[in-house]
Amino acid sequence: MEGNLLLVLVGLPFLAAAVASTVFSRAHNAAAWSSGLILAAGLGVLAVLRGSLQNGEVVRATVRWVPSIGLDLSFRMDAFVWLFATLVFAIAILVLVYARYYLSKSDPVPRFHGFLMLFTGAMVGMLTSGNILMLVVFWELTSLVSFLLIGYWHQGQAARDGARMALVVTGIGGLGLLLAMLILGQIAGSYDLDRVLAAGAVVREHPLYPVVLVLFLLGCFTKSAQMPFHFWLPGAMAAPTPVSAFLHSATMVKAGVFLLVRFTPVLGETQLWFFLVTGTGMATLVLGSIIALFRHDLKGLLAYSTISHLGLITALAGIGSPGAILAAIFHIVNHAVFKASLFMAAGIIDHETGTRDMRRLSGLMRLMPVTGSLAIVASAAMAGVPLLNGFISKEMFFAEAADWHNGTWLDNSLPWLATLAGIFAVAYSVRFITSVFFGPPPVDLPKTPHEPPAWMRRPVEFLVLACLVIGMLPGLTLGPVLNQAARAVVGWNMPYKDIAIWHGVNLPLVMSLVALAGGVALMAAFGARIATGPEGPPLVHRWRAQRLFERVLLLATWRAPRLLHRAFGTERLQPQLRLVVLLAIGAGLAALWGGLAQAPNPIGNPLNPAFAAMWLAGGACAIGAAWMAKYHRFAALVLLGGAGVVTCLTFAWLSAPDLAVTQLLVEVVTTVLLLLGLRWLPKRHEEIAEDRLLAAKVRRLRDLVIAAVGGGGLAAIAYVMMTWPLVPNVGDWFLRNAYQEGGGTNTVNVILVDFRAFDTFGEITVLAIVGITVYALLRRFRPAPESVAAGEEAEAESLADALLVPGMIMRWMFPVLILVAAYLFFRGHDLPGGGFSAGVTLSIAFLLQYLAHDVRWVESRLTVLPIRWMGLGLLIAGVTGLGAFVFGYPFLTAHAQYIDVPLIGAVPAATALLFDLGVFALVVGATVLMLIAIAHQSLRIARLRERDATQDREAA
Amino acid sequence: MELVLSLAIGVLAASGIWLILRPRSFQVIVGLCLLSYAVNMFIFAMGRLTLSAPPIMPRGGPIDPTTYADPVPQALVLTAIVISFATTALFLVVLIASRGVTGTDHVDGQERES
Repeated sequence: MEGNLLLVLVGLPFLAAAVASTVFSRAHNAAAWSSGLILAAGLGVLAVLRGSLQNGEVVRATVRWVPSIGLDLSFRMDAFVWLFATLVFAIAILVLVYARYYLSKSDPVPRFHGFLMLFTGAMVGMLTSGNILMLVVFWELTSLVSFLLIGYWHQGQAARDGARMALVVTGIGGLGLLLAMLILGQIAGSYDLDRVLAAGAVVREHPLYPVVLVLFLLGCFTKSAQMPFHFWLPGAMAAPTPVSAFLHSATMVKAGVFLLVRFTPVLGETQLWFFLVTGTGMATLVLGSIIALFRHDLKGLLAYSTISHLGLITALAGIGSPGAILAAIFHIVNHAVFKASLFMAAGIIDHETGTRDMRRLSGLMRLMPVTGSLAIVASAAMAGVPLLNGFISKEMFFAEAADWHNGTWLDNSLPWLATLAGIFAVAYSVRFITSVFFGPPPVDLPKTPHEPPAWMRRPVEFLVLACLVIGMLPGLTLGPVLNQAARAVVGWNMPYKDIAIWHGVNLPLVMSLVALAGGVALMAAFGARIATGPEGPPLVHRWRAQRLFERVLLLATWRAPRLLHRAFGTERLQPQLRLVVLLAIGAGLAALWGGLAQAPNPIGNPLNPAFAAMWLAGGACAIGAAWMAKYHRFAALVLLGGAGVVTCLTFAWLSAPDLAVTQLLVEVVTTVLLLLGLRWLPKRHEEIAEDRLLAAKVRRLRDLVIAAVGGGGLAAIAYVMMTWPLVPNVGDWFLRNAYQEGGGTNTVNVILVDFRAFDTFGEITVLAIVGITVYALLRRFRPAPESVAAGEEAEAESLADALLVPGMIMRWMFPVLILVAAYLFFRGHDLPGGGFSAGVTLSIAFLLQYLAHDVRWVESRLTVLPIRWMGLGLLIAGVTGLGAFVFGYPFLTAHAQYIDVPLIGAVPAATALLFDLGVFALVVGATVLMLIAIAHQSLRIARLRERDATQDREAA
Repeated sequence: MELVLSLAIGVLAASGIWLILRPRSFQVIVGLCLLSYAVNMFIFAMGRLTLSAPPIMPRGGPIDPTTYADPVPQALVLTAIVISFATTALFLVVLIASRGVTGTDHVDGQERES
């Protein structure tokens, strides 16, 4: 039952996201209530689950997803995850209440709530994943959704930049984490979290351990904004304050430290871990607190304070002793509570005064006494003032810092660094309070401040109350839960640690007192100078990681690619094609080098001299076409046709009648198409002067060599292949079953319309797309000016005169060709022919009419709607295919039988014939469409000429 | 026969390759046509050469597949013919349109500067 509850828990936020994103876009209340109630249900589920986690049990749930490759969705929850999930749900509800009053009426609400709930879901999924790869997926999901949340006000440049920066930084880290998890899974032998957690000894002994560790830490440090990856977090402050309060207190940035703590038993307890993690954490703690003191922006101060506190938690995870883990978990909770309330308070101040600049704010205590008091308590918790929750966990941190761990220089310097950071933490908290709430009344604010709506303050009140209660009764409130969570991480044999306020006068207490006194003294001495100074710490404030990052990004995504493109790329077609040809030749050589061997017993047919003579002519045609194509296009076209006809004869000679028919028909249509196209090319009477240059000759020679190598290679491969005996292949099956299964004797046609009909379906779709593309391209076609000016005579009429007799014959050919098309179509299943050749034949019939007469004459007598033919063809083919579903067969399964028709006899009536009808109609449509589109250009030109003439007359 | 056909494929392919490396768009179209002949025949030849035994079956009865031409390359080439027809038509239209827009029939849309 617990397993199912766990699944429900993970599903709830996603359900809330679905509901919230579909509500009406102004329905603020509906979105907030639905999300809030669903999350409250989640808290209820958590309360039920709590009972079964008390003694170190783990709740698991597995959904079989792709069992064939062992891929399951597995979830697990222990006391540590429970604590974290409760924190996420609770803060999410408070943020929802707060956001209800924070967002303005014009903000699109479904998007906000949808993203927020999605983020909660991703976070809960990450926490409860029982598989480390799934964990990475949810981890990435939090990065993606945080991008959307930070960029919620996408109208602002800062929001877009901040969102992009967060995504890039955390995305890079996520990639590192994925690699780390992949290697970790390989080392541990399983991607199951439980087994990975148990494999710590193996992992630490493995030679790849340092690699895994660095990649893993890259993921955690980017997410948790540790130096030097911290800069995305201040940039993310462009988000709406509820988002900041959620992402930067309990969720996003805590994901990194969650993972650090979680994996301490696997990766921790080594010298390397201590130096990397504690070192980075301490550096972040100290530097973050120093920078925070010098920020003038309220949210900027809180952002750097967040970075600094995350450093503290990271440093504790690096120390890794049971006490340190307990302190880390405790501080995760405490920081979430006081930082969420502070962000909300800052949002209220921003909302009510219109500014977040601490230099402009002052004396708000008089105008907003309640909010002021709450903020003072919360920031006192942040500074670590006794009787508040922040004090206790900070005290525990000081105790751990002062403890002896391994005697290295870093270990020895921990107490000093901790105290230094403590001094600055007190100082920036004092600055926050004194500059905003005390001093003279504010002047010149964008808005007149007053207390916010009561419900906007309720979440802050609740959180501050939590600060007080936890701070005064830590052992009663959180003691058991924290101990269980820490035990779930380090092992259930950890002794129970009592969390108390008072431990007597000892070193940590002295450190706390020094920090408090030092911080207040620091502010007293330098407070005024900081307020007037630049934004950022002295000396180094000009040097911002954020700007550096932007420069690197610009270089990597814009300058470097352009440079590379200029150096190695070209926009010219010839070098590109040359490269493609050379690569193809190179690939062929690489694959066949030394492997191309003559067959031991070559097979072959005796040479027929006629065949050789035919190809002598064919080869001459091909070379001639290549020779003539530049200056004598028409001759080249005729020669191309010659080569085509020889090809077609070859097919007929070598037992491929279907290919011969199709090739011949296509040859006709292609030639006509090219002839129609010739008219639009520039006239070329004299030679192009450049062709005589040496460079051009060298180019031609080089291309000739390439062509000779390519052609020779292809000939060699073809010859060797043809002389090896044929290996029995799928063709035999087709031959055996064409009649029984497909109901036709022409195996090629049966393959096309039955066995491999799906391929044919795709092919005719391509044909339809090409037809429509041609049509669309030519609709906007503008001919070259000289083509318009040329051809003054009315070509169509002269053509009709010159072709009087052939024109009549062509007209009479129309019905004959239709009959031929029908004949080819119906015999197709059994004998050479079929829908494709029939379609091309019918379009040739149309084409002849266009050739014999001018366009207007044809179109006044004959209406061809090519697009309808095409649509009908696709529809028939598709519906025939779908028809198979009705009888419970897969798409495009054909049924074959013969029907006795009176007078005619047995007629094959396979459904494949219907499919072939679709092919036929589509081919007719597409071919005619292309031909007509090109033929119509003459009409268009005539119209253009008329228009020009009228304009000239009017101008005159 | 095999030798003649492979030489034919070689000649067609060489002419085609030479043409597609030329600068004028009409040359490229003719080259593509020649190249498609060569490739179609190459694919077709992979089923080996069979004389006067088209893959047309008698009605009923068991048959010996080895006495017929291999239908699979034929079916493949039939598809290839159709597709190469379609691409030729498309290239032709692109050629015409590019000629209308740029005023030249050079494949780069502008004469070589030099």
